[in-house]
Parts: sequence; C-alpha cells; structure tokens
Amino acid sequence: MAFFVLFFVGWGAATLGGFVNRTFLADPISMVGSGWTLLVVHGFYADIGVTIWRVFGGFALAAVIGVPLGMLMGAYKPVEAFFEPFISFARYLPASAFIPLLILWAGIGEAQKVMVIFIGCFFQIVLMVAVTVGSTRRDLVEAAYTLGARAGGIVRRVLLPSSAPDIAEALRLVLGWAWTYVIVAELIGASSGIGHMITDSQALLDTGQIIFGIVVIGVIGLASDYVFKTLNHRLFPWSLA
Amino acid sequence: MPTLSIEELSRTFPGVRGGPPTRAIEPTSLRVADRDFLCLLGPSGCGKSTLLRMVAGLDRPTTGRVLLDGEPVAGPGADRGMVFQSYTLFPWLTVEENIGFGLREQGMPPAERRRIAAHFVERVGLRGFERHYPRMLSGGMQQRTALARALANDPKVLLLDEPFGALDNQTRALMQELLLGIWEADRKTVLFVTHDIDEAIFMANRVAVMTARPGRIKSDIAIDLPHPRPYTIKTSPEFSAYKARLTEEIRVESIRAAEMGG
Repeated sequence: MAFFVLFFVGWGAATLGGFVNRTFLADPISMVGSGWTLLVVHGFYADIGVTIWRVFGGFALAAVIGVPLGMLMGAYKPVEAFFEPFISFARYLPASAFIPLLILWAGIGEAQKVMVIFIGCFFQIVLMVAVTVGSTRRDLVEAAYTLGARAGGIVRRVLLPSSAPDIAEALRLVLGWAWTYVIVAELIGASSGIGHMITDSQALLDTGQIIFGIVVIGVIGLASDYVFKTLNHRLFPWSLA
Repeated sequence: MPTLSIEELSRTFPGVRGGPPTRAIEPTSLRVADRDFLCLLGPSGCGKSTLLRMVAGLDRPTTGRVLLDGEPVAGPGADRGMVFQSYTLFPWLTVEENIGFGLREQGMPPAERRRIAAHFVERVGLRGFERHYPRMLSGGMQQRTALARALANDPKVLLLDEPFGALDNQTRALMQELLLGIWEADRKTVLFVTHDIDEAIFMANRVAVMTARPGRIKSDIAIDLPHPRPYTIKTSPEFSAYKARLTEEIRVESIRAAEMGG
C-alpha cells in the first residue's frame, strides 16, 4: 500500500511540477478527470463490461476443456504421450500472432476475441494441470489402492482432490495472462472494450484516458485475484500451512 | 489353515543405466497362520519392505506368488489393509473421512460409514478429533488414524511397514501397546515389518529374521510370552532371553550389510 502512495506522489510531482510534457504523460488529476468523463459521458463501463465478458468467456471455455484433458494426461501415461508433444509446441505459439488469422476466419466480433483468449489460455492450463496431477504423491495413490480403490476412484477421490488447490492456483495465474491477450486483441481489431478505448484515445492524444484504461485493467485484475485467493482459502482449508 | 502363504517369492530390480540387476529378495517362502501376529525382522535394506509390498500387491514378484486364503494375489485390494511408514492420510479429508475412505469406495451409505468410523475413532483413542485435518495432528495421531483406516475395511490381513518408525520412543511404545491391545481383542492376522528387536518381541507370536540383501528368511522364532502382555514384560527375563538371541541373529546380518555397503 505504501508503495502505491509513493508511486502516485512521484507521478504527481513529475507531471504537476512541469518536469514532463503534458501531451505525453497526463497528471493524476486530469487522469481522474478523464476517467470521470469516460464513465459518465461516454459510457465507458459498457466497454469494461464487454472486456470482462470476453476474458471470462475465453478463460472459462479454456478451463472447462483444459482441466479435464490435463487431468487425463496427468493420470494416464499413454494419453500424455499422445498429446504432450503437440501441446508443448502449441503453448509457445503467442496468442497474439493468431489475431490476424482469427480476424480472417471469424471477423472482428466476439467469437474472434474469445478464440484469442482461448488459444492463449488453453495450452497453458492443460500443461500445468497435467504436471500437477502427474506429481501427486505416489504413497497416497498406493494407500488408496490398498483401501480397495480402483482406477476411477483413484482419479476422482485422490488425484482430483490432491491437485485441486494447485489447479486453482494455475487458473489464477492464467487468468492474469488472459487480461494481456484481451487487450492486445482489442487494440488490433475491435469496436468496443477497454483496448479499443485505449487505441481511440491514442488518436486523440488523450494520455489521461489511456492511463485510466490501464489503471482499470489493473484494478479488475487485482479484484479477480483477490476473489480467487479468497475462494481457494475457503475451498481448500486443509492445504494451508 | 494358513491365511497367507508366500511361495518361493523373489524380486530382482533391473539394473540402473546398464548396471547389473539388484537381487532384493532370494526365493522366500513363509506361511502366516490365521490370527497370527508375525514380525518380519531384518537390518535396513534387507528387502523386508519389498516383501511386504508384494504381499500388498503394490509390487510384482519376479518369481513365485502370494496366496491369500488359497487365492493368488494379483494386485492391491481391500482384503489386505496396509499401514505405511510415511504419513499417508489424505490431507483433504478429516480423520473421520479418512477412516471411512475404504468404506466409501465399497459404496457404503454415509450414515453407516460414520457409525463404523466413530467406532474405530474410539478404539484408537481419537475421540474429539473426528473433524480434524491430518495437518493438525501429531505424527502419532496420524498413524493411529492410518491404523483405524486400515482396520475399518475389516481386512483379512493387516500389513504394517515400520508404521512407528518415524515416531519418538515414548509415542512408539504407546502405539505398540495400542496395536497389541487391538490384536489381543480381535486376533486379526498381522504381518508387521520392523528393524526394532524390542518391538518385534513385544508384539509378535512369531519373529521371522531376514538376512542382509539379498534377503531371505534365516530363522523363524516363536515368541511364547503370555497374553495380555503388559509393557512391564519388556524387563522380564524371558523377554531378555529372546532379545539376546535375536540381537545376535540380527547383528551378524547388520555387519554383513555394512560390509556390502562399504
């Protein structure tokens, strides 16, 4: 918290003190003013809503398909051997490089945005989940076997619960990256969203609006991170040291 | 009729990086009679845990087989309950849920599961800790829960792999009394692996001594001490006589193991 204050004081001193050209860097006060105008006059909250929807849509889709696939890969060696090389390759493909291709395929509508985020999240989720599940303590699996568990029971009642906290943590990380992808997608081809507002403001040389947009992204990221962490603490009280 | 019959069981581990294969266990035969409490005693690294894991079905023998009530063992199963040396409670389940794990795998309804779990919680002296997670328990309490978890499945044989090895001396002594008390009441067939001579004599009816690696059973000694055995029996002359004999048997093997290791 202290560093936040220090940061704003430094920024204010640099801009309000006249050390930096106003055209290139707005001061904190005009940033807040720009933000207020954006929200009240230009209906910026609709853009915020659209961006959040895109992030969670693409992220949820990637999680719903990626987590089960990752679990299968972690639990069964043949499944891992089948998918792993391709997914390891695919996760190094930057999602933003797909944007021009996706625009050709899906236009600049919602489907394209969701697909960018999906590509950016899916392969990461699959690999992180597979590694987590694959590193489940061997002795717990053996104990479950001696208690009469079979393959299905091992997956549902040992592998899944033992990796659940780490899976949740992986999802929290990937959600953070999803925010990067959505803004890039919106910068390149969009008619709404936070990224679109930022490109528009660039044309208008309104650095206050740009900074406000960036701050909004940060605040939302912080909030979703907090929700995730609180949820993890609630769901997995046993895993806390 | 023997419950558990180990027939010419051996285990050879393949060599690492082109090295020679390791013979962990020479072909070994052992019969554990119904309601027997048999301790497998041996120096560390003699393959006694490997033998137990093959009985549990967690490891496959190179040759030979294990029969339980005449049926060959093909893999792990609920008829052979196991308590491990490491703490293997499921950390996401409470004490009560851990004890009920095997019952739930059988498809037993929750109410009945809880009733049985409550019974075993009582028997291992953990009343009041039913809702605790494993991380909140001491090592001794975790192993008591692990014992209750194995017993709740009502296995034909109870396999224990140095279950008290990681506990301090006082806790270990109490755990031995607890297990012995349960055995004296239920007379369940027990196969107990340990390197602790006192532990073996105090609890067992029979002690099978294993040689250093490659392991085989070199002697099989009946422990004719009366039941119930109070902890004071550990200072009796009979106990000391057994201890003297087993110490000599084990010492020879420990020296051999040390020479091979060095």
